[in-house]
Amino acid sequence: MEQYQASILVGVTVGFLARLYLLKVDYRQYPSYPHGYVTHISFGFIAAAIGAVAIPAIMKPDFTAVTFLALAATQFREVRRMERETLGKLDESELVPRGNDYIEGIARVFEARNYLVMAVAMVSSLVTYLVDWPYGVAAGVIAQIIAIKLMSGEVVGDIAEVIPSQPVFNGALLTVGGIVIMNIGLPEHREKVLKEGLSALIKPKDDNARATLDNLGQRQAILHVAAALLGSKREIGEWEFAPLIRKDINTGVLAIFLLPIEPDMECLIEAINRVPVLESSKRRPLASRVGRQAAD
Amino acid sequence: MSTQPKETVLAIVALGHGKVAGGGAPVFIVEDKEQLEKVSLYLSRVLNGAIHDLENGVYIIVGH
Repeated sequence: MEQYQASILVGVTVGFLARLYLLKVDYRQYPSYPHGYVTHISFGFIAAAIGAVAIPAIMKPDFTAVTFLALAATQFREVRRMERETLGKLDESELVPRGNDYIEGIARVFEARNYLVMAVAMVSSLVTYLVDWPYGVAAGVIAQIIAIKLMSGEVVGDIAEVIPSQPVFNGALLTVGGIVIMNIGLPEHREKVLKEGLSALIKPKDDNARATLDNLGQRQAILHVAAALLGSKREIGEWEFAPLIRKDINTGVLAIFLLPIEPDMECLIEAINRVPVLESSKRRPLASRVGRQAAD
Repeated sequence: MSTQPKETVLAIVALGHGKVAGGGAPVFIVEDKEQLEKVSLYLSRVLNGAIHDLENGVYIIVGH
């Protein structure tokens, strides 16, 4: 009996700590409302508990008890729905919204994290049951490290090169690297844009990257992150100062323009480099024979 | 993000007569360049639209 207790205790603790750690590394995507933390931490605790009792349940043996793992899956799908709805609602009041694709990506990550926590808890409770608790903790930590490695996806910096650029006016047309961003009517607005605007070019490294960056959701995510980190002077009714991203249809290069609160080019490039590549916008035409042939 | 166009011309500000005819949007005729910019700015703020320059003395206020 004591063996079960140790096993469950270690599983729950390690799993719960795993969830806390995942919350911490997620500062960029987290909407940072305190009740959100409470919700996710409690869900994480439940996930850890379910993962931790699975092994003792089998050993006891009480095989039917394992069926509640299925129940857990339904519960955690709720997490995704909840996160999607909350972020979707909050997005309506953002001047530079995240966009549906980014929200869907975040929601999916939150759901997946609970399964990860469950797996970590299960591994550490299994090892605790078979060997001893210090080994159980160590196994949990290793499982967690593997999980983080597996879950960390690509960022824009991996698939594209971001280079600084200067906004230039061609008549009333604002252009960045020859790519037309928009038509700005008033001379005083043009002056402000030239003086304070930041712009950069995002050059995809290959055809896969080009297809991925074509996606509007991916572009919106880049804009959102850039505006969130550097600030944006965008205001209701002042469309001239809205951050925009446009593509050169011939080369696939993206031009981003932003009127930031903190005009710091290095930060802009760093911010763009760190935007996650959204799962939903990822395209890989080069993975197919036709795509490779078409690419020559 | 939708790719469908939903831009509408909310108002047209023209420097002098003869450049704009008909259409659905109200046309404001002004006398000089200063007026052109001022009226455009006011209209854009009231109508919550963006000012675009057609570079022929005509500004249009477009809702995006």
